[in-house]
Amino acid sequence: MGQITIHYDNKIVRNFAWASVIWGIVGMLVGVIIATQLFWPDANMGNQYTTYGRIRPLHTNAVIFAFVGNAIFMGVYYSLQRLLKTRMWSDTLSNINFWGWQLIIVAAAITLPLGITSSKEYAELEWPIDIAIALMWVVFGVNMIMTIIKRREKHMYVAIWFYIATFITVAVLHIVNSFELPIGLFKSYSYYAGVQDALVQWWYGHNAVAFFLTTPYLGLMYYFMPKAANRPVYSYRLSIIHFWSLIFIYIWAGPHHLLYSSLPDWAQSLGVVFSIMLIAPSWGGMINGLLTLRGVWDKVREDPILKMMVVAVTGYGMATFEGPMHSLKTVNALSHFTDWIPAHVHVGTLGWNGMLTFAIMYWIIPRIFNTKLHSVKLANLHFWLSTIGMLFWVIAMYWAGIAQGLMWKQFTPEGNLQYPNFLETVINIVPMYMIRAFGGLIYLVGAIIMAYNLFKTAAQGKLIANEPALVQEVEADHGTANASWHRKLEGKPIAFTIYVTIAILIGGIVEFMPAFLIKSNIPTIAAVKPYTPLELHGRDVYIKEGCVGCHSQMVRPFRSETERYGEYSKAGEFVYDHPFLWGSKRTGPDLHRLGGKYPDSWHYNHMVEPTSMSPGSVMPPYPWLAEQNIDLSLTPKMINAMRTLGVPYAAGYETQANTDLQQQAATITASLKKDGITVGEETEMVALIAYLQRLGMDIKNVK
Amino acid sequence: MIRESLEAITGVSIYPIISFVLFFTFFTGMLIWVFRQSKADISEISNLPLHDDQPSK
Repeated sequence: MGQITIHYDNKIVRNFAWASVIWGIVGMLVGVIIATQLFWPDANMGNQYTTYGRIRPLHTNAVIFAFVGNAIFMGVYYSLQRLLKTRMWSDTLSNINFWGWQLIIVAAAITLPLGITSSKEYAELEWPIDIAIALMWVVFGVNMIMTIIKRREKHMYVAIWFYIATFITVAVLHIVNSFELPIGLFKSYSYYAGVQDALVQWWYGHNAVAFFLTTPYLGLMYYFMPKAANRPVYSYRLSIIHFWSLIFIYIWAGPHHLLYSSLPDWAQSLGVVFSIMLIAPSWGGMINGLLTLRGVWDKVREDPILKMMVVAVTGYGMATFEGPMHSLKTVNALSHFTDWIPAHVHVGTLGWNGMLTFAIMYWIIPRIFNTKLHSVKLANLHFWLSTIGMLFWVIAMYWAGIAQGLMWKQFTPEGNLQYPNFLETVINIVPMYMIRAFGGLIYLVGAIIMAYNLFKTAAQGKLIANEPALVQEVEADHGTANASWHRKLEGKPIAFTIYVTIAILIGGIVEFMPAFLIKSNIPTIAAVKPYTPLELHGRDVYIKEGCVGCHSQMVRPFRSETERYGEYSKAGEFVYDHPFLWGSKRTGPDLHRLGGKYPDSWHYNHMVEPTSMSPGSVMPPYPWLAEQNIDLSLTPKMINAMRTLGVPYAAGYETQANTDLQQQAATITASLKKDGITVGEETEMVALIAYLQRLGMDIKNVK
Repeated sequence: MIRESLEAITGVSIYPIISFVLFFTFFTGMLIWVFRQSKADISEISNLPLHDDQPSK
């Protein structure tokens, strides 16, 4: 068998690299804007399209799916071809993958500010975009698997295992979490309700972190770190253990996002135990990465790429130690709903994902443009800006989170809450919010410097669009005829893929069965009734404005919370909540017991000008709610959809729903009128007030 | 409250046991397999990223 010359596709790598750089800067810029909005409400810019609630998901989606997503494709398309000694199977699929993904990002950037959202965290995009994501992901997967089948290298290096696991698991997660019933092109309701929806969402949310932000990056680490250090990975055996144990354990740990909620104890405990166990493979991976640098630490002092990799892997180690700690119930009681959680997240994203992406870009771009990096000095400056920016960001938020968490729980010697006014605990940490935004700004400046440096590098070189490589033709069976059973398995990527699927499904299914059984086993509370049509519309306004980004609807069973908010939340109260709106962060107070607490006029004034009712509030004003109307023609569709999902509206109720809606709206406008406020009956404001006044009332009324 | 309803599901207590058995089997099997790999193979594979500009053997 002779040697032949093949050509690696570098153009697709370049395209994904530039997309990642540009979207990354956009996503980080939105991040700096929302961070600023939290201490300076005027930064909401006085219109609905740029308010915090709507553009916070824009930030998260942009940095996760646009910045990191494109970087994954960049790294995978670069390393896969070289590790397998073959060009990507289909240039057409590569290009569809690229342009399709960019279109999805553009669709997200348009729909999210318009308030088109499913409200499920990191899965906010509505159903047509969900379908497009699934299609593009399959295009990517088919192209990758076919490339693996057509390879000219008998072994599959461990990085490729991580890529396969990423493809399979993200597909499963995305599909299961996106079950939703459309009522129009831009609106759908989650198939699941309440507790079940929460379980599915956090099974997704947790594992999206695992299989979108972690496993593909571990694959990249196992390829690019040896490359940059010019020596093999410290222990290949350890990397195999790392792989199988990580993908096997990770999937079980989802329930740790729902501690002290209405989830069964054993499932919470299972989540905790597996979270603690996750430290082992995670740290195994971190140590494997860092020890790969043994003997080249002198190079780390000079080479910005290695420096960034060290910070990235250290960030991975810190975040994966902190995560299990947060899943201990005693720690979680304090940390949950506070800024400690975003701090934890940003050690992972700014540190692990950001720094590894930067390092890989500094490594790839000069190579595919056949030149040297324009300026190593600027790259070093970027390293310091990123590191310092990240430190400002996370230290401020650790401080803010712990301080506020303690204030929420502080009682006076007489047994009353020391800070009964929630706003007081927010105002206390506003300086920290400023420092956080400053840190983010520094990080963004670093990224812009990198963009300049990389574009200059590209300009001084010339893209080798099709890089020639000399490879050996191999036998069709990759020499596996007499090999061990695992070699045979490696020789059969499809079989390998199936085993990976089984490994991730085991945990998913064991954790899931009770969740599915639960649907018919939720204790029904007789007093809990379906929402009225007006309240349903109000709930949709709540979803559209992204209120869930700052307000939880889950009073945990602590005295500090029942004192502040009222009776703790019961599972049976959420049976008609498609989707659930428990939230994960309290920048404002919990709202689950808000109903009946204030008069309608309070809500009106508070929405139009929050500081008029709560001086010092950082909530943005929502004056447009009093001007925009809800769409009454949607009401019958909403009722029908809810009935399909199991909400017991009487047969034919959809025809009568708008009459009931108008009656309820008239009551609210009348009550507002008494306080001297005139507002249209069909406005979003009236619907939202109806919904807010309903929250928690089913239980309150019984007492 | 949910816990009570979950306990009422027939045989739900089997889940933690299944979990443990699966987990234990999986890890024992994996460790045995990993440490039975030959040194030469391991070393060859771990050098793959470094030799990807040379023709495969």
